[in-house]
Amino acid sequence: MAEKIRITTPLTEEVSRTLRAGDSVLISGTIFSARDAAHKAMTEALARGEELPIDWTNQIVYYLGPTPAKPGNPIGSCGPTTSGRMDAYTPTMLDQGIKGMIGKGSRTPEVIESMKKHGVTYFAAVGGAAALISKSVKKYTVLAYPELGPEAVAALEVVDFPAIVVIDSEGNNFYEMGQAPYRKL
Amino acid sequence: MRTINVEQITAEVAQMCKEAAYYLPKDVYEALKKGRETEESPVGCDVLDQIIRNSEIAREEDRPICQDTGMTIIFLEVGQDLHIEGGNLTDAINAGVAKGYIEGYLRKSVVAEPLFNRVNTQNNTPAIIYTKIVDGDKLKIELTLKGFGSENKSGIKMLVPADGVEGVKKAVMDIILHASCNPCPPMVVGVGIGGTMDQAAYLSKRALMRPTNVRNAHPDYANLEGELLELINKTGIGPQLGGTTSALAVNVEWGPTHIAGLPVAVTICCHAMRHSERTL
Repeated sequence: MAEKIRITTPLTEEVSRTLRAGDSVLISGTIFSARDAAHKAMTEALARGEELPIDWTNQIVYYLGPTPAKPGNPIGSCGPTTSGRMDAYTPTMLDQGIKGMIGKGSRTPEVIESMKKHGVTYFAAVGGAAALISKSVKKYTVLAYPELGPEAVAALEVVDFPAIVVIDSEGNNFYEMGQAPYRKL
Repeated sequence: MRTINVEQITAEVAQMCKEAAYYLPKDVYEALKKGRETEESPVGCDVLDQIIRNSEIAREEDRPICQDTGMTIIFLEVGQDLHIEGGNLTDAINAGVAKGYIEGYLRKSVVAEPLFNRVNTQNNTPAIIYTKIVDGDKLKIELTLKGFGSENKSGIKMLVPADGVEGVKKAVMDIILHASCNPCPPMVVGVGIGGTMDQAAYLSKRALMRPTNVRNAHPDYANLEGELLELINKTGIGPQLGGTTSALAVNVEWGPTHIAGLPVAVTICCHAMRHSERTL
């Protein structure tokens, strides 16, 4: 593996546009969790002309619903969920200024077009490495929709959160690049 | 007649949910290690290292392997000479699931109604329970916590007899290629062949209860398992970001079917193939 690139939040468009599919990164700073129900709630709020509970400008969204924290721990197990379920809401959310997304799995062409337009990077964390990933989370604070339980919007303070750039802001796709050399069907 | 009180069943199920969430079965761990030895992609090796380390941390620290602690699926074998006293068996199992998920700090991921308001039941119940009546006076409980990243990529195909073995392989591979990187590979693949549409789906789940290192007792189906595994490992899907370790095992179960039918169902499980079993 090539050397890992260190990223500190907030993530500007300028920095996002330097990242390339296949880059291995370590993210530090604050990232924000949101998944299915929160995406639905936020896009519905926007449709009603309401403000969102947080300002997403230059922020990174993490598609996550953690297990409850055991006493003495900041968070439970906290790996990525499947990003594709958020695709229907993603172009609207990227219009709000998000510059990075962390999840797992493929995205639609509409999402990739929106990423290119706004200079957004899509990172993958290793699916199912949830206990390992929890070691990089130092604090978990629910900010909005507490009634959604694990689906609440929360701030996560992270140090050296491990991820890989899977789709960069030019639309290069590491899922496709990574599979091609090993496809022997 | 032998008697078991429902309180014992509740306590066992609670414990089994926690164990399944924290402790990856040894055969799955060994299969991951074996995959790491043969993986050709450097990125794939890095991903497998993280997955293996993750399962070690989960075991050492009693943490859930994955944040998706799943929907609880339970396979019961109830001896027909056994008497269950003190309450209803289904209620006792669901009480055990609720207790295990709350005490074990597992994520509650079940909504009471699927389409219109999707309100979380807050204790991961109800479990999906399959019951088989067998000889004897024992109660066997097998359980898995089924994550939905992989469940969402599962599928079924109603083939006809003329489709034959090649048709079955194509149906399985179509589902696997459509799933691609999404179900948290390396996958464990359960295939159900025969029965009716629902029976094939059931068999594909039941297949996941067999350890990854045990092949079907029928040599033709054992051979099919090997051929499918080889095909899946040639897709390039690999451990999420490409490579040669796309699946750890393919387990096929089969059942009698109609003269006109050849149903094929595929349940995809992620690498966190959680399993616990007890005989009371």
